[in-house]
Amino acid sequence: MALSSELTQRISAEFPKYPEKRAVLLTALHFVQEESGGWLPKDVVPELAQLLEIPVIDVWEVISFYSMFNAEPVGRYHLRVCTNLSCCLRGARAVVRAFEQALDIRPGERTEDGMFSLGEVECLGSCGTAPVLQVNNRRYDEGLSPGDVGGLVARLRKEASTSKREES
Amino acid sequence: MPELRLLLPPVGENWSRIADYRAHGGYGAAERALREMTPEAIVELVKSSRLRGRGGAGFPTGMKWGFLPKDRQRPRYIACNADESEPGTFKDRQILERNPHKLIEGLLIAAWANTIDAAYVYMRGEYRGPFENLGAAVAEAYAAGYLGKNVLGTGLDFDVYLHRGAGAYICGEETGLLESLEGRKGQPRKRPPFPAISGLWRRPTIVNNVETMSHVPHIVANGAEWFKQIGVEKSTGTTIFGVSGDVVRPGTYELPLGTPLRELIFEYAGGIPEGRALKAVIPGGVSMPVLTAEQAMQVDMSHDALVAAGSMLGTGGIVVLDERQCMVRAALAIARFFRHESCGQCTQCREGTGWLHKLMVSLEAGTGTPADLKTIDEVTRFMDGHTICALSDAAAWGSGWFLRRFRQEFEDHVTHRGCPLAATSFEV
Repeated sequence: MALSSELTQRISAEFPKYPEKRAVLLTALHFVQEESGGWLPKDVVPELAQLLEIPVIDVWEVISFYSMFNAEPVGRYHLRVCTNLSCCLRGARAVVRAFEQALDIRPGERTEDGMFSLGEVECLGSCGTAPVLQVNNRRYDEGLSPGDVGGLVARLRKEASTSKREES
Repeated sequence: MPELRLLLPPVGENWSRIADYRAHGGYGAAERALREMTPEAIVELVKSSRLRGRGGAGFPTGMKWGFLPKDRQRPRYIACNADESEPGTFKDRQILERNPHKLIEGLLIAAWANTIDAAYVYMRGEYRGPFENLGAAVAEAYAAGYLGKNVLGTGLDFDVYLHRGAGAYICGEETGLLESLEGRKGQPRKRPPFPAISGLWRRPTIVNNVETMSHVPHIVANGAEWFKQIGVEKSTGTTIFGVSGDVVRPGTYELPLGTPLRELIFEYAGGIPEGRALKAVIPGGVSMPVLTAEQAMQVDMSHDALVAAGSMLGTGGIVVLDERQCMVRAALAIARFFRHESCGQCTQCREGTGWLHKLMVSLEAGTGTPADLKTIDEVTRFMDGHTICALSDAAAWGSGWFLRRFRQEFEDHVTHRGCPLAATSFEV
């Protein structure tokens, strides 16, 4: 069983909010992804489909449609920099370059030690505090400059060595 | 001039906890509405306030509520749009982070007015902090008896559920949102039927933006006449403008609709850094046609004034570009966004957004030809008005109007075989 009984319970607890079980699909995928290191292992898909009483292909369709769902492993820290217009006007491109240099990877790649993955993302609603980075689909680091990147990477490495993986 | 804050608490304050919200009169309007007003009277009040939707389209809110079937057969739903993802827009986030009970009170009044069983707040997945903040406020509202069974002893049973999206701009489109909430890809539905007749699970549903709903409590508290005195005739009340890009003080400013764009940029947002000149302004999120500096300096931020100037109010998300910036790069960033976000359902949009992006990249790389400029014009015309939803129109306007209003600069990219502003412009 790829789906733990605890996860099955958490997902099932969402059913009463909706007239159809299918409506829980996005929430269920978020729950699974948070418990699985920030990505969705393949073997969980048929089990989710069975739990929600929907065809397996419907689960795959949703996974591939939404940018927050990862069908491949991501780094322990999944870093996404907004490169939409307001962030680019405030230097987002230089921030992406600084991450590329600090981590020696390109957007879409993961560091060899599995610690970091890098990506570009569309507008995060942080235009007044641009440029913005989102770490693990959770916290925002706003008003970034290329000079902040080294310290940020060091802080995350330190955090990783002292705590267990934070929720994605 | 200070801001006029109806939606947001004063600078530095946060009324997320119910005690703070109630200390400032919170839930007074809901108590009055549920105890003293008939549902019909509330719908009439919202109609006469001339409140218009704050999610981008500006549709009259009371009229939308009026489209629900008169038989009031249940269940009926609210789908509250908290999928804020129009680039340049960051206003609903302010309400969700700093005054979430305002939204809950608006939902409660709307539920009473429209005989609603449950509201689903569909929030973009990236808004994790706002999701948790609103969730805590909803729990407080249940504990205080404003949500749940028999609210305030009126016999109303009303639930508010929070629902997370997962990163798709199209889910902010009202029927894309409904599809996504039901657990599918967010591909918009054909209309008719409209959501008021057949929405969530084919039941009558009203879809309203976070800010729109948050205006309802103070309209009930102070009356339609009071609300109409704020703003201008066909654009009443305040809105939360967002200013980003090349300004000294980017951020949100809550002001009456009809505030001059020049005041927003040069007074509230502090003007352009180092006294540089204004070049272009997108007045309402990147879907809306760009304005030249000359147009921007003369226009007021109301629905009518912006239409007259050849753009639209949209979400009120203002993006400012100064004299250093390349207009092709701006159009490229916008085209790239829409290419990424097209749901792929309609051919004009799926293909057109890709074409626009490729053509902009080619111009910027110095491989563009005069024929390419003609192609951009043609592609945008095929995209506009021919698809199931407005994403294709927005993509066509968003980059197409850069070409129409800054044509010389596009032609210069062809003749110079590259970007003539590469030395000064932002990187895309």
